[in-house]
Amino acid sequence: MRINDVILQSVTKVVVFIIFTLAIYLFVSGHNNPGGGFVSGLILASAFCLLFLAYDTETIRKGIPIDFKVIAASGAFIVVACGLGSVLFGEAFLYQTFTTYTLPLFGETEFATVTIFETGVALAVVGVVVTIILSISEDV
Amino acid sequence: MTTTILVISLTLFGVAIAITFTRILLGPTFSDRVIAMDVIGVNLISAMSIVSILYETKAFLDVMLILAILAFISTIAFSKFLERGAIIERKRKL
Repeated sequence: MRINDVILQSVTKVVVFIIFTLAIYLFVSGHNNPGGGFVSGLILASAFCLLFLAYDTETIRKGIPIDFKVIAASGAFIVVACGLGSVLFGEAFLYQTFTTYTLPLFGETEFATVTIFETGVALAVVGVVVTIILSISEDV
Repeated sequence: MTTTILVISLTLFGVAIAITFTRILLGPTFSDRVIAMDVIGVNLISAMSIVSILYETKAFLDVMLILAILAFISTIAFSKFLERGAIIERKRKL
């Protein structure tokens, strides 16, 4: 019997972008509301998992030629580098600071160095989770 | 008045989740247990929306979205497991 999953693949093409948007919203709403780097990384990983479900690993790897082990390692590096960066300014390890600028469209906006740290956390989480899922699935 | 209605409906959601949990414990086949887990997820989303009305907060809305996405993906994964036997394939058969 020929297997036909046109509906699943067409829905996936749209839904993946909605999930990516939710992940970015959770990442940006980070330190004042529920959300942050870890949750955002998990949602990104679930979006990749949905892609791997609807298609197969070879197609997705050809379409997104990213080695997720490199992503996880660079995320861990960003986390440690953000912690060590505060040492250069004579503060404690992992010390964080923030400032506010007035942007033309957004008004008064708060910029924090926690965002760099959260970027590292999100990259590490998405890299590790996708690597685990792929290595489990290729084992069979 | 509204609070009473909301509390009563929360209690009923708790009863529904408890009944579904017996299906997870008893369930004759594997599919019964997975479907029961999915039903619990949907009930949790509804109960969480009632909790967010009760507490008058927006903090639970993100949790509801994430739970809905995870329930969607788990449903797809299980139906693909039933149909093909493998969840993530190396090369799909055309």
